[in-house]
Amino acid sequence: MSLQEFIQQLLNGLSLGSLYALVAIGYTMVYGILRLINFAHGDIFMVGAYIAFYLVGVFYLPWWLSLPLTLLLTAGVGVLIDRVAYRPLRNEPRISLLITAVGVSFLLENLGLVTVGARQKGFPVPGMMASPVRILGAQVGGVSIWVPLISLAFLLLLLWVIYRTKAGMAMRAVSRDIEATRLMGADVDRIIAFTFAIGSALAAAGGILWSFKYPQINPLMGIYPGWKAFTAAVVGGIGNPTGAMIGGVLIGLVEVLTVAFFPTLSGYRDAFVFSILILFLLLRPTGLLGEPLKEKV
Amino acid sequence: MLQVEDLHVHYGGIHALQGVHLEVPDGSIVTLIGANGAGKSTTLRAVTGLVRPRQGRIRLQGREITRLPAHKIVAAGVAMVPEGRRIFPNLTVRENLLMGSYLRRDASGVRRDMDWVFRLFPRLKERQNQRGGTLSGGEQQMLAIGRALMSRPSLLLLDEPSLGLAPLLVREVFQVLKEINAEGRTLLLVEQNAHAALGLAHHAYVLETGRIVLEGSGRQLQQNAAVRRAYLGDPGAEAM
Repeated sequence: MSLQEFIQQLLNGLSLGSLYALVAIGYTMVYGILRLINFAHGDIFMVGAYIAFYLVGVFYLPWWLSLPLTLLLTAGVGVLIDRVAYRPLRNEPRISLLITAVGVSFLLENLGLVTVGARQKGFPVPGMMASPVRILGAQVGGVSIWVPLISLAFLLLLLWVIYRTKAGMAMRAVSRDIEATRLMGADVDRIIAFTFAIGSALAAAGGILWSFKYPQINPLMGIYPGWKAFTAAVVGGIGNPTGAMIGGVLIGLVEVLTVAFFPTLSGYRDAFVFSILILFLLLRPTGLLGEPLKEKV
Repeated sequence: MLQVEDLHVHYGGIHALQGVHLEVPDGSIVTLIGANGAGKSTTLRAVTGLVRPRQGRIRLQGREITRLPAHKIVAAGVAMVPEGRRIFPNLTVRENLLMGSYLRRDASGVRRDMDWVFRLFPRLKERQNQRGGTLSGGEQQMLAIGRALMSRPSLLLLDEPSLGLAPLLVREVFQVLKEINAEGRTLLLVEQNAHAALGLAHHAYVLETGRIVLEGSGRQLQQNAAVRRAYLGDPGAEAM
């Protein structure tokens, strides 16, 4: 492999990984607070892609307007799901919540198949993403540069929210002790709703950027990216936002580079990623940055 | 300040509170003593809205708060130092205090109160940027009290603030409680350390298996034979 090819593949893995990171954040934040693996999260990513598709491709709104609007609307979908599906089960056994999450996932996928149809739709990709860029002597697609950069901007914004705002402080408090947070006068349901809003908005950003990279969308497009982002969240240490970012980038790089180095194994690219998931669950279930598991009482 | 009337709480099949009556006058320190499992914590948890009573009324300054959600009760002026301190281990000392002021919008007042808490507990000031989980047990107790004060409560509930503290620290904590009360705040204190609690309180109640069995001024109960026998570790009281 030439150096140019290697750089291309590296950037390719980085852009894929940053997308996983965006989606992994939503898994990890909801898990941190509710101890729930939100299986519907990959489908929220799909919903985000479709909202953007309709705003730009059908209603011809400009991207500068469609992007924030998509994030906002998808955040609303996430909050709505929490409100109608998860919140009524707050005091029920966790397994009921988990099964409900699987149900919501199937609901979103099939609702998509019924309403927008199973056929692939061509996603409107802005010119900036499609035009090639020269970097370090290698020629790469615009997406390979812009996707990681935009993702990084979102991730930094998220860290700022979590560590520098009052709402973020409340989210960190809830993740450790829901009852004590109630005693502070905080409305925990609102904090949880806010968490779903942020996770869903980032998934929507991921969905849009993903569709710039792979501009054919369908209602089942969220399944595999969702599972891989979940893997990223586990690898990074579920519940830890910084871990999810690192895990995402690692998974993206592994996926792209194994195929780049062993082209004959390209059919196994998903198997590589999920083997990592299994290895981590067996050997280091707390992930790279996770703290030792302590059951809440 | 606080009136509790005929309070009944059930936990699953257990009838934990069986008609508790108590009153906490404005500006006073009232203590609730009793054995483990008598229902002391449950009473406080019902007042703060963490458990729902099946029957009875809780009034704060004349206003009924019986079935309000916890965050509305905090907004009405009640703060609690929960059993086991329950500070946020992943937040810094400063952030823990800011969580206490979660509902407040007056930034300058919050700053003033934080300075006040730092004066009450100078050690918290030294450790303000340290994570709560790294503090010693005594420091965590101070943080839990400081955090509760940050909401400027008119009524402060304390659940076993002396638990697990060395005797010297217990004295320090009780001294601070006295100061807080002197600043005009009303205190309802649940304690197993009946000796210290009765020494501090203006009025005291004794709770046994979900019922108030005895009440009186702190001094009266300190001299009561049954209380001495059961809670103050004085076997000789039987002969009196």
